[in-house]
Amino acid sequence: MEFISEHPVLVASIVKIIVLLVIIMTALAYLSLAERKIIAHIQSRWGPYYVGAHGLLQPLADGLKFLFKEDLTPPVADRVAYLLAPFLAFSLAITAIALIPFGPPSIPFPFLSNQQAFSVADVSLGLLVVFAITSMGVYGVVLAGWSSNSKYPLLGGLRSSAQMVSYEVSLTMSVVGVVLLAGTLNFNEIIRSQQGHWFHLIPRWHVFPQIVGFLCYLIAAIAETNRIPFDLPEGETELVGGFHTEYSSFKFAMFFMAEYGNMITVSCLATILFFGGWLSPFPDRWTWQLYLPGAGLVLLGFYCAYDTVTTMRGIARIQLTVVTLLCLGAGLICLLPPVAAVIQGPFWITTKILLFLFFYIWLRGTLPRFRYDQLMSFGWKLLLPVSLANLVVTAAWLVWGWMRPA
Amino acid sequence: MSVPFVLFFVCGALAVAGAILVIVAREPVHSALALVLVMVALAVLYLLLGAPFIAAVQIIVYAGAIMVLFVFVIMLLNAGAEERTDFSRVAKYIGLPLGFILMLWAAHWLWRSPVGGAIGTASATPAASSHDLSVELFRQYLFPFEATSILILIAILGALVLAKREE
Repeated sequence: MEFISEHPVLVASIVKIIVLLVIIMTALAYLSLAERKIIAHIQSRWGPYYVGAHGLLQPLADGLKFLFKEDLTPPVADRVAYLLAPFLAFSLAITAIALIPFGPPSIPFPFLSNQQAFSVADVSLGLLVVFAITSMGVYGVVLAGWSSNSKYPLLGGLRSSAQMVSYEVSLTMSVVGVVLLAGTLNFNEIIRSQQGHWFHLIPRWHVFPQIVGFLCYLIAAIAETNRIPFDLPEGETELVGGFHTEYSSFKFAMFFMAEYGNMITVSCLATILFFGGWLSPFPDRWTWQLYLPGAGLVLLGFYCAYDTVTTMRGIARIQLTVVTLLCLGAGLICLLPPVAAVIQGPFWITTKILLFLFFYIWLRGTLPRFRYDQLMSFGWKLLLPVSLANLVVTAAWLVWGWMRPA
Repeated sequence: MSVPFVLFFVCGALAVAGAILVIVAREPVHSALALVLVMVALAVLYLLLGAPFIAAVQIIVYAGAIMVLFVFVIMLLNAGAEERTDFSRVAKYIGLPLGFILMLWAAHWLWRSPVGGAIGTASATPAASSHDLSVELFRQYLFPFEATSILILIAILGALVLAKREE
């Protein structure tokens, strides 16, 4: 106990890092299941169904499969870079999430009242640091492509480095408008600048004045994470698998998880910058919103119970019963007023992030892939000028405009 | 032994090791990677000196953009391992001693100046905010700032002219 009181920052940080890591790893695993299920339903299929009820244990099976596959290293590969690439890609992808505040800073860490509970690192230049970390993420892809010493990965690596560098410019430009409006680079203060409602109903989110910036951000973020319709670095039909063609076993899994990690990071950023982060979309006078998380979980529990009784057979019935009990139990705990007050922030930011992730997967099930020259001309000749114009208009409005933020 | 003190020496050693590796490595991509290591280590040193903004910009601009372009060009040209030549005699007999003298002189100067005594304690100085920095940049140093931006614009135009195909 003495150690804890002497090193509050260290202890709180380590505990928060471990908790966040467990949550993120689980989220990455289940994001892959969500992606397969949602795309399957978009394409009128069932998706994973047999490993666990509704395929709920599929991520576990996939993880085991990755672990036990043969780990091949091409004999002509550059060994140092070949080993470094997946670690770089993966570690950078999940490091950025440590900067994200998942709840208001006013809620203290248990037993250490001077530490925040919901953000691992609340730094004054949060946005810049996240950009610094994600801008290093290119190296994972580039090195993987180069070190494999094979033509398809090399082409994939070249394409991706060109694409990521090009779209990073637009990505950064598109959020400067929000930074100007908020007047800070700190995530919690950016979120706090979006407090309040217009006409006591519409939340003062930056997405409304910055709709152009938001659209630019959304497009650039999809390109930055190499997702469809901008997944040219992988481009299965042209490049076999792109930069990770020569990777197998767990190294391939690390690239896979890095992609999902980047998706989560850009969704977090979109939520914080444009959609009010951990703020509730409803005005404060609607007190019933306190019970939304609990009510949602209880409803989910009831749905699971209904599904258990009507469709599940055999062992799946037992598994889904466990899920039902978990949902109902967690929902009832969340309905307790003190718990409900604490989890408001995390609930809203998580809901918004999940909506963004759903949008990403939805796009993948809907859109075809860009052609390479279209991609480049779109990025440089349309996206960059539009985001620059947005920046200039925002700055001019802040200097001369009416109805300026205080 | 405070944490910043240890970090200073770890990052300093990493920066020097990276810089040596840049010269020694035979594969151009390895040299570029070692340079990235130097940039990141320098960024941490900036952070220790109480300049988080410069540290973040250092990583975004140098490590995240410029070095990526370096690696991109090396990959595009598919440059193989470099060939060794004998050291040039001028470098051996004049360059090495001169470099050594310069290092000794810098060390002596650092030792005598108050800067040297502040190693590891610099993080006690308050971090300059991005607001302070922009006030300095756009009030006192506005002219050099704009002059630099015009210089970069000229460089971009030059690159465009060079890269344009002959009609």
